[in-house]
Amino acid sequence: MKTLQDCLKNRILIIDGAMGTMIQRHKLEEKDYRGKRFKDWHTDVKGNNDLLSITQPQIIEGIHKQYLEAGADIIETNTFSSTSIAQADYDMQSLAYELNVASAKCARNAADEYTTKNPDKPRFVAGAIGPLNKTLSLSPDVNNPGFRAVTFDEVAAAYTEQIKGLVDGGVDIILIETIFDTLNAKAAIYATKNFFRKNNLPELPIMISGTITDASGRTLSGQTLEAFYVSVMHANPLSIGLNCALGASEMRPHIEELSQIAGCYTSAYPNAGLPNAFGEYDEQPHETAHIIEEWAKEGFVNIVGGCCGTTPDHIKHIAQEVAKFKPRELPVLELV
Amino acid sequence: MTVIKPYLRLSGLEPLIVRPETNFINVGERTNVTGSKMFARLIREGQYEAALAVARQQVENGAQVIDVNMDDALLDGVQAMTTFLNLVQSEPDIAKIPIMIDSSKFEIIEAGLKCVQGKCIVNSISMKEGEAKFIEQAFICKSYGASVIVMAFDEVGQADTKVRKVEICKRAYKILTEQVGYTPQDIIFDPNIFAIATGIEEHNNYAVDFIEATREIKQAMPLTKVSGGVSNVSFSFRGNEHVREAIHSVFLFHAIKAGMDMGIVNAGQLVVYDEIEPNLRALCEDVILNRNNDNNETTEKMIAFAETVKAKGKEIIKDESWRKEAVEKRLSHALVNGITDYIDADTEEARQQYPKPLDVIEGPLMDGMNIVGDLFGSGKMFLPQVVKSARVMKKAVAVLTPFIEQEKEDRKNAHLAAGTVNEETAGAAKILLATVKGDVHDIGKNIVGVVLGCNGYDIIDLGVMVPTDKILETAVREKVDIIGLSGLITPSLDEMVHVAHEMKRRGITLPLMIGGATTSRMHTAVKIAPQYDDGVVHVLDASRSVTVAGSLLSKEQKPAFLQNLKAEYDQLVVDFGNKKSTKQYLRFEEAQKNGAVIDWANYKPVAPTFTGTKILDNYPLAEIAEYIDWQPFFIAWEMHGKFPAILTDSVIGTEATKLYNDAKKLLQQIIDEKWLTAKGVAGFWPANKVADDTIDVDNESEIIKLQFLRQQIKKTAGQPNLSLADFIAPAEQNYQDHIGAFSVTIQGIEKHIKNFEANHDDYNKIILQALADRFAEAFAELLHKKTRTAYWGYVSEEHLTNEQLIKEEYMGIRPAPGYPACPDHTEKYKLFELLGGEEATGIHLTESLAMYPAASVCGWYFANPQSKYFGVGKIEKDQLVDYALRKGMSIDDATRWLRPILE
Repeated sequence: MKTLQDCLKNRILIIDGAMGTMIQRHKLEEKDYRGKRFKDWHTDVKGNNDLLSITQPQIIEGIHKQYLEAGADIIETNTFSSTSIAQADYDMQSLAYELNVASAKCARNAADEYTTKNPDKPRFVAGAIGPLNKTLSLSPDVNNPGFRAVTFDEVAAAYTEQIKGLVDGGVDIILIETIFDTLNAKAAIYATKNFFRKNNLPELPIMISGTITDASGRTLSGQTLEAFYVSVMHANPLSIGLNCALGASEMRPHIEELSQIAGCYTSAYPNAGLPNAFGEYDEQPHETAHIIEEWAKEGFVNIVGGCCGTTPDHIKHIAQEVAKFKPRELPVLELV
Repeated sequence: MTVIKPYLRLSGLEPLIVRPETNFINVGERTNVTGSKMFARLIREGQYEAALAVARQQVENGAQVIDVNMDDALLDGVQAMTTFLNLVQSEPDIAKIPIMIDSSKFEIIEAGLKCVQGKCIVNSISMKEGEAKFIEQAFICKSYGASVIVMAFDEVGQADTKVRKVEICKRAYKILTEQVGYTPQDIIFDPNIFAIATGIEEHNNYAVDFIEATREIKQAMPLTKVSGGVSNVSFSFRGNEHVREAIHSVFLFHAIKAGMDMGIVNAGQLVVYDEIEPNLRALCEDVILNRNNDNNETTEKMIAFAETVKAKGKEIIKDESWRKEAVEKRLSHALVNGITDYIDADTEEARQQYPKPLDVIEGPLMDGMNIVGDLFGSGKMFLPQVVKSARVMKKAVAVLTPFIEQEKEDRKNAHLAAGTVNEETAGAAKILLATVKGDVHDIGKNIVGVVLGCNGYDIIDLGVMVPTDKILETAVREKVDIIGLSGLITPSLDEMVHVAHEMKRRGITLPLMIGGATTSRMHTAVKIAPQYDDGVVHVLDASRSVTVAGSLLSKEQKPAFLQNLKAEYDQLVVDFGNKKSTKQYLRFEEAQKNGAVIDWANYKPVAPTFTGTKILDNYPLAEIAEYIDWQPFFIAWEMHGKFPAILTDSVIGTEATKLYNDAKKLLQQIIDEKWLTAKGVAGFWPANKVADDTIDVDNESEIIKLQFLRQQIKKTAGQPNLSLADFIAPAEQNYQDHIGAFSVTIQGIEKHIKNFEANHDDYNKIILQALADRFAEAFAELLHKKTRTAYWGYVSEEHLTNEQLIKEEYMGIRPAPGYPACPDHTEKYKLFELLGGEEATGIHLTESLAMYPAASVCGWYFANPQSKYFGVGKIEKDQLVDYALRKGMSIDDATRWLRPILE
């Protein structure tokens, strides 16, 4: 069967779209989130989307299948907030490992089903590692810029636990995404490298995806795109890319720049435009797809998909549009 | 097809890519506790703000990487490294460049790596404790994504010969690339720079060993880099900076040729190789390359030479060779170096060579100013130099102006004769500057005007005490592009809010810049920005004004700039809202019950030698000058540092010394030629505390009631809530207590300011203004001393140095209305009434209660040994109401005057 690397050489791969937008369609209530197991849990858990992998796995698996049906080659596990640090909001830090295993299994089942249906188009599971709600480069206290709400070691430990869950649940790729503070991402890279090295396991490919927050062209923690890339190069990633915060049209200059400096594959999965006054995304599937088609034509990208506000319909359109183009060629890495 | 080259790539907030054409990389060395005593002291004392300033100076001086080292026996290195690097991360102007984390203790290195998002350099690891440890540490460095410096050090020891250096580096290379997986470009070797010319013969070849080892390392492993701590080489000449700089320069010249890529240097202190005097350079060559050095011959010569330099110091020879250059070069040289000596003649010469007089401005003069702007922007010039350059520019323009006017006239007449339309093209962007109504302070504003003027903006300076109407009418009439407001006293903040409000009401859409000592980002965000939608920017100091103006005037940058600013200010508003609730306040009556406890029953007050006032007119300036505190003078020039240490500061010392000498010269002239007149009044009156915060002053026929404000924040147990009223004895004691007051003012500045302006000499104008301020403060200090020891005489003997005076180590205090201990400006009315009004004091109070002349100081005198300076801080509504009642003011009026201390 074709490996991920084989596929990347031949065509532009499609990564799935938003999980949150799809969950919203189910209009779930507190009791749905709780399920049987957490019916007496002492805090509200509505909004803890990652928990649904345990309490409503059929919904999560269903969403994965919709994206696979739309043509996604890579699906992301429902684990954006599945760390002990992020889960502390629901006092569910002790569930972090279990959440990752459960989510990885949902995605694994769905992906394997589609791979079996059509072995010529193998599907891959990316274990999604989110940015955390606490950051290592910025102080939450304006009067005390040297203060940090969390330490590097705490972050690395939380990510290590997450990675163990994802690997045990059977993911194919580690995806460090929506990076707005590079130091958090460096802790994730550190955790990944050490996890595989210490457990004497073959390293899974790492995908890295940063977030340019606004027109300044910088990450929230202040780095330029190139500085960000230089700071994470040591991960020796399969791909470097951008996601979230921007719509495809705002993301274009940045993905273009990245395509010129990246020594590895490039990925991009923008939001469905910028949010409207109500915080909703209303860029239509053909609109998003049209912009991304341009990127493909210009040879900027190897992996594309969608982030906030995108739906299986977006992914389907994107997949159709980019299928006509060759993937970006890997640059030559000079060794001397 | 894209090709990715195997370059060393580093990053802070911005990338640093070391390409073959990249010049030598300067690694700033001052943020190193082992190398800089000052930095070590700052860190030990926890003065991280000042420590950050050291880092910033390094960046401004051209460091492309900063080396941070916290190896000090008295420090918790892990904690110091963590604290400092975390702080650096919140300073974008420092964090933009990569960090070199420097320690001999690996746990400190790892602590540092945990704080920095960018790609760092680790300095250093080595094989001194064997291969296993080396490999483990390298793996750790790699997992944080750092490049590593490998010191040529193995189990046997530190390599001193070329052969050993090369051998160790090759061995380390093999391990790092084959076992750890390092890419060659991420490996940097430090083949050890040792001191030469120590007198020990074995040391004579150390520089050669380093240079030759570098050459072989780069040949054998071309992608790797070579680095080193340069100042080590001249260690035996420490204390002799002149010789050391020359040695460093010559050493680098040869080492860089051999392949050295980067070095730890004091970025501000490298002489240009070609500019070293020839015989010193020749000696340096010999001693570095170890030539003609049998029996230490060269070394001896070098040491002998160093002695002579040390003895006579740096000889100052005026270099006039630039006079031989072409006129454009001469103009540029004069601008960059601030030399006015020949500017009139040179400008005239250029005018005759160029087709039109305007061409001289747009050509060579603007070229020169662009160089000045670049140098200032990159931190290679300091404010006093820029102001001097502006003086040269203004003088040159003054030479050309009559000719330009004549040309305009000619063109107009030609047009009239031909019946065509005369269209003068619009010039540079215009910026209007004004000190707001009620405020008389303008030194900072003048500096901003000069700096912006240097950067090609057309400045309309409306001066001081400018009403809103005049500001806005002028802005519209002159079609300005930006309005800039300045103010020093707190009521000016309200006036700025008012201007912003009016701008919106009148539909003006120009960006508004806010600056001045009393302004802040927080106040601008919370109070001014919400009044006006088209861009309000707080500008911290003159050097930032250029980039701000640039962003505001660039069509491309402006929307993003304002949008980011708005987000930032909105966040500040939120933070401000959150902050409010965290502090706890006492009810006012509780605060009153918790006043200072003074044992009045056993207090023996000293009565002043007179009551009523004493006027000191035309007080000798020379005597006052002895009391001058110079530090604020340098701060006015945006040169921050302790005086007199600032004069020898490694970065700004040279310029600070020049400025100081120029100021001393002008000071002498002011004294000799009696430019200014000092007038002071001191007075004392019987006084008693009659209520918690009220003092009755007995001014012969009438009682004047002074009203004070009290700290209301909840204190820790045992700490009082102070009010100045606490320092005066209550009426029920069987003795009479007293209070004093004073004012001093420096008159006569206007004529001299005009003269300087007529001479286009902003440099001396600003020095004069700053000196007048210093005179006023010094006079206040002198008068206070006289009061303590003679007029009031509550201290019989006092032996305090000027430094101790500045540190306020005296007994009794002299707080000023409008400042922290008594923040209500309106009490000044009573103070001036007691002192005899405008006639006696020579001071006029504006409607915002600023004093004119601006160089004036006033205050109360308290003699009680327990009296001390404090800040009232924020107060609550109940005190506000009580205070308004006591003062007979409306709540609205009281709110307006006390706004800065209201939550």
